[in-house]
Amino acid sequence: MSKRRSPGRIEACFARAREERRPVLVAYLCVGDPSVEASYSIARALLDAGADMLELGAPFSDPTADGPVIARASQRAIERGSSMRAAIALGARLRAETEAPLVLFGYANPIIVRGERDTVRAVHDAGIDAMLVVDLPPEEGDDLRDEARARGVDVIPLLTPTSSPSRVEAARHGASGFVYYVSVTGVTGSTASDPFDDAARAAVRLRGAMDLPVVVGFGIDSADKARRASGGGDPSRGADGVVVGTAIVRAIEEARNDVAAACANAAAITRSIRAV
Amino acid sequence: MSAAVREGWFGPFGGRFVAETLVPALEELERAYHEVVPSEAFQTEWRSWLASYVGRPTPLGRAERLRTHLPGVAHLLLKREDLNHTGAHKINNALGQVLLAKKMGKQRIIAETGAGQHGVATATACAVLGLPCEVYMGELDVARQAPNVARMRMLGARVVPVTSGSRTLKDAMNEAMRDWVTNVATTYYCVGSAAGPHPYPSLVRDLQRVIGDESRTQCLELLGRLPDAVVACVGGGSNAIGIFAAFLDDPSVALFGVEAAGHGIASGKHAATLTAGRVGVLHGSKSYVLCDDDGQIIEPHSISAGLDYPGVGPQHAALHDSGRATYLSATDDEALAAVRDVARKEGILIALETAHAFAALPRVADILRERGVREPAIVVSVSGRGDKDLSTLLEKLEVT
Repeated sequence: MSKRRSPGRIEACFARAREERRPVLVAYLCVGDPSVEASYSIARALLDAGADMLELGAPFSDPTADGPVIARASQRAIERGSSMRAAIALGARLRAETEAPLVLFGYANPIIVRGERDTVRAVHDAGIDAMLVVDLPPEEGDDLRDEARARGVDVIPLLTPTSSPSRVEAARHGASGFVYYVSVTGVTGSTASDPFDDAARAAVRLRGAMDLPVVVGFGIDSADKARRASGGGDPSRGADGVVVGTAIVRAIEEARNDVAAACANAAAITRSIRAV
Repeated sequence: MSAAVREGWFGPFGGRFVAETLVPALEELERAYHEVVPSEAFQTEWRSWLASYVGRPTPLGRAERLRTHLPGVAHLLLKREDLNHTGAHKINNALGQVLLAKKMGKQRIIAETGAGQHGVATATACAVLGLPCEVYMGELDVARQAPNVARMRMLGARVVPVTSGSRTLKDAMNEAMRDWVTNVATTYYCVGSAAGPHPYPSLVRDLQRVIGDESRTQCLELLGRLPDAVVACVGGGSNAIGIFAAFLDDPSVALFGVEAAGHGIASGKHAATLTAGRVGVLHGSKSYVLCDDDGQIIEPHSISAGLDYPGVGPQHAALHDSGRATYLSATDDEALAAVRDVARKEGILIALETAHAFAALPRVADILRERGVREPAIVVSVSGRGDKDLSTLLEKLEVT
């Protein structure tokens, strides 16, 4: 039996934030770090602290787009028995309790091995709104995209500072939900550069080109970066939302298996950035 | 567009499964692959390096003492890639790619390496062509291939030990991809195997095809006919695809790839991806991979660092599925025995990777006999020499 996705949780989320003249706050967690059960508690804490949307990170053994913090968390999560299936199951459990948009975030191999269509069906049945597959550029994954379109699951495109107009055009094809703009050429958690003013300008440009809301991610770990990426309080001058990932994962790591502390740390980061 | 006709696909295998940041760099490389690599200027320059610097063509020589132990085999011919400068086939590809990088205006070269042969080859090409070079290498491989680490450093390359995961080739490739995604504007990633996202599997094959083209010509000169079988070891599969490429359109030539069975396929401690893997995506292309039901990559095992990899080039996956090539496997112990055997019968110290191809020769001879091939001529790719393995060999073999 499939749970029907109520239309437009993602659209409603962006519309509400726009009315409140603030960026959507997307919080990422690596499902299974420090345990799958703890990830449920952490997800609740993130939502209670003001996260508008959750990215449920499905751990993969070889996360080539991730920096050391998320790579370590993925390794711990796999050791604790987590997987893409666990991330989807957590989505189903959260969906029973919240209307916040949920995005499954992961790599291609677990999807290919299970089957693209079967994975999308499970995502849909769990009530997860969208999927973001890091190593699946628009030219790949036809079965996944067809099934997602048929089921009303958004497949979120990634665009980056290296994306030429032809890449933007490629991403436009079949894109829905929102656009994830990667602020840097680099892996998650990169803080070597401060590209957030540029990212704000890129977000404005891409929103026009893609006709979708744009969120900025990679390296956002402070209210100041979030504010600049999202146009300094004027969403028309920046991104519609920001993604906080590595900073949350690091806060959980620093709690060293203490679930209450992990929840508190993750919530504190969320609140500090939500205050934008 | 259907997958079958898309460029960069070998049947259902291949493609470009990478983070969006890298797509423009791969598009740039694809243009260079089409426009620069086939150009007369590039070919002349690269082939002149192969002749005057690498020492090509390498000989195709008889192995008579080994042959007498393979009943019914009429000719056993060794393609001596071990005689290349730097001691393996890897230099063919590394020189080609570093030359290409230079023409593309790249300022820095990165590479991954397992056994260290591709790292040494890339460091060598960078030294002679004047580009800085960083080589990612799993910590475990840094320890077991110490002579090659020293060689890379002597050649001016920076060797970066990788401490994540299984600390072997796949982790080195992960780290190289992270470097590339960070420094993509200035950096050229010199991939060592016929794996990775399009166009690498095609580019590396075309640069290694010189092994097959020479072998084909030399075999015709020596025997007046084509061989009945070509045998090569397969990790990612660059020497194998290079030698196979010249014989793909010769249906009478059987192609055999030999994977690393480690402690045995049943033990689960192996690197025999085509023999025991499933279809997935690793390091940018769809092919066979070693992974569990959740899609997590399984840490492979092989005594040979160069075959210790849980993926395989996509064209091998297609040749496996179509049956055009046959993939066998050999265990660590069989490979060790083959190193000693070839050393004592032919006076050639082969690499542990190469030894897998030799270990499979009795089975290749059996299969040819079963197929009704009489008095076969077999060509073996001697992909590299074994000096780098001496400490492992002395430890594992009771050499007296």
